[in-house]
Amino acid sequence: MENKSYFSGLFSGIKSLCTGLKVTGRELFTKKVTERYPENRKTNELPERFRGVLVMPHNEKNEHKCIGCGICEMQCPNGTIKVESEMVEVDGKKKKQLVRYIYDHGCCMYCMLCTRACPQGAITFAPEYECAVFSREALIMQLNQPDSKCEEKPAPAKPAVAPKPAAAAAESQPVAGNATPDAAPAAPAADSAADEKMAKLMAAAKKAADNAAAEKVAAEEAAAKAAAAPDDAELKAAAEEAAAKATKLATAAENFAKKVAEAQQ
Amino acid sequence: MFDFNIVTQWLDTLLMSFLPAWATVLIECVLVALVIITLYAVFAIVMIYMERKVCAWFQCRLGPDRVGPWGLLQVFCDVLKMMTKEIVNFRNTDQLLHHVAPFLVITASMTTFSCLPWNKGAQIIDFNVGVFFFLAISSIGVVGILLAGWSANNKYSLIGAMRSGAQIISYELSIGMIMLAMICLTGTMSFSEICQQQENLGWNIIRGHVPAVLCFILYLIAGNAECNRGPFDMPEAESELTAGYHTEYSGMDFGYYYLAEYMNLFICAGIAATIFLGGWAAPLVPGWEQWNHIMLYVPGAVWFVLKVFFVLMLLLWERWTFPRLRIDQLLTLEWKYMLPMTMTLLVVMALCVSFGFVWN
Repeated sequence: MENKSYFSGLFSGIKSLCTGLKVTGRELFTKKVTERYPENRKTNELPERFRGVLVMPHNEKNEHKCIGCGICEMQCPNGTIKVESEMVEVDGKKKKQLVRYIYDHGCCMYCMLCTRACPQGAITFAPEYECAVFSREALIMQLNQPDSKCEEKPAPAKPAVAPKPAAAAAESQPVAGNATPDAAPAAPAADSAADEKMAKLMAAAKKAADNAAAEKVAAEEAAAKAAAAPDDAELKAAAEEAAAKATKLATAAENFAKKVAEAQQ
Repeated sequence: MFDFNIVTQWLDTLLMSFLPAWATVLIECVLVALVIITLYAVFAIVMIYMERKVCAWFQCRLGPDRVGPWGLLQVFCDVLKMMTKEIVNFRNTDQLLHHVAPFLVITASMTTFSCLPWNKGAQIIDFNVGVFFFLAISSIGVVGILLAGWSANNKYSLIGAMRSGAQIISYELSIGMIMLAMICLTGTMSFSEICQQQENLGWNIIRGHVPAVLCFILYLIAGNAECNRGPFDMPEAESELTAGYHTEYSGMDFGYYYLAEYMNLFICAGIAATIFLGGWAAPLVPGWEQWNHIMLYVPGAVWFVLKVFFVLMLLLWERWTFPRLRIDQLLTLEWKYMLPMTMTLLVVMALCVSFGFVWN
């Protein structure tokens, strides 16, 4: 207001007041948002992201996704979470396994740091709101169900990671080459399925190579077309582009194959 | 149009026929007082319920709905609570002034309330300088507020009272100017004559066209300030002054301030309805004989109350839209903007009237 003259300040003030009146005037007739709680407890639906209580979803086979890493416990500012895990031997390999996941609802401040930090997406907040109990002890709950176990991931990372370079290569992005290092360290991670994984990787490499070949054919076709109509600048540019793409793809596929070979050894 | 004089004259002659004059006057006074107090209480209850509901609607809520159907009994419960609360006396306060202050406020409010013309012939205080009397009597309220702030021996109360005094005295100037402009148009200061004129010639807001409409808008702003209501409620700005001048009051003493605040709003709306929207005059349109015939069947009191509630809705709309002003912004608004505007409007209105530029 200070930098405006008397009248322009007056009129801009009136204008903004009218805007306010318009907003509240519209609000007077909109649907009211008040929930009549005790009456509507059967039908009351809370927003999806409502943070009521921490839960660990289990699938129908009584399996959860928690690997017992304890990152959530470290993240929690209030010491709400206690992850009790043990080392077990599976197929001759030592593996961490969740025993009990203890959550103290009385300490939780619903900051959601635990769920954000979880690498497996094993925990989440449920829109529960009738959480009152008669003692503090009743607020301490175990989130993993009795006799539940960690969900066995059939070759965990591979189906997700392995097709990625191929897909990326098909899209002819320069990232294709970069994507392979992600896949390579993933290979030793799961020893039991290493062979299977290798096979998949090799298949992906082959696919990338095929893609490159296909692109090369397309590039050649485009070049032929461009040669047939030498005056058409557009066609020529397209042919050049296709050729560049094919070369790039070929290099990416070669790199990929090389990396796979390295990983094999 | 139903003339209430028939009822009052019938009652008067009836009492005079078998009672001496002094007894008649006494009985009539008691009856009138009862009517005023009843109307005052009834409208206060309606107003508080309306305020809470309408404010909720403006904020996308439902408002009170737990006590009774649609929360209708909420206000009665509040009144009951207020009446049964203890009245706390503090040490180092001026006890006498502390207890007199609410009565001054409520007296001013009730006296102005009885100036309202409810129907043709149904007006309690009516004489040739009615508007002047209304303006004078409504300023007694500020004395009560200043006394409340002073006697409480509390810095919040004192600051609140000082702010309120500055605010009410400032905005009374604007209200006075607006009233003058409208008196310019009507040529009379008597509320009953103003209403009668509007029934015959058309509502003032239409007769006075542009200056009258501007006066009406400015009156709504100044009226809200006069009632110490948001966006001009910093005398009781709870975030900085706890409750302003009535911080130290409890029980029914506080209840009187609460009551007076709502009734002042009602009175403000009532005066706006009388001066601008025709009071009890029905909306008659020249030429529409059928329409006018039907409209005249509706009693004037119904028209009056309808108009008052229309203005109340406008005031509530204003109150629940705008953020609270700072005290310096408030005084700037009055002295730098409202007062020059109302003075200009007074001159414009005077020119319009003297050159016959009004719709009759």
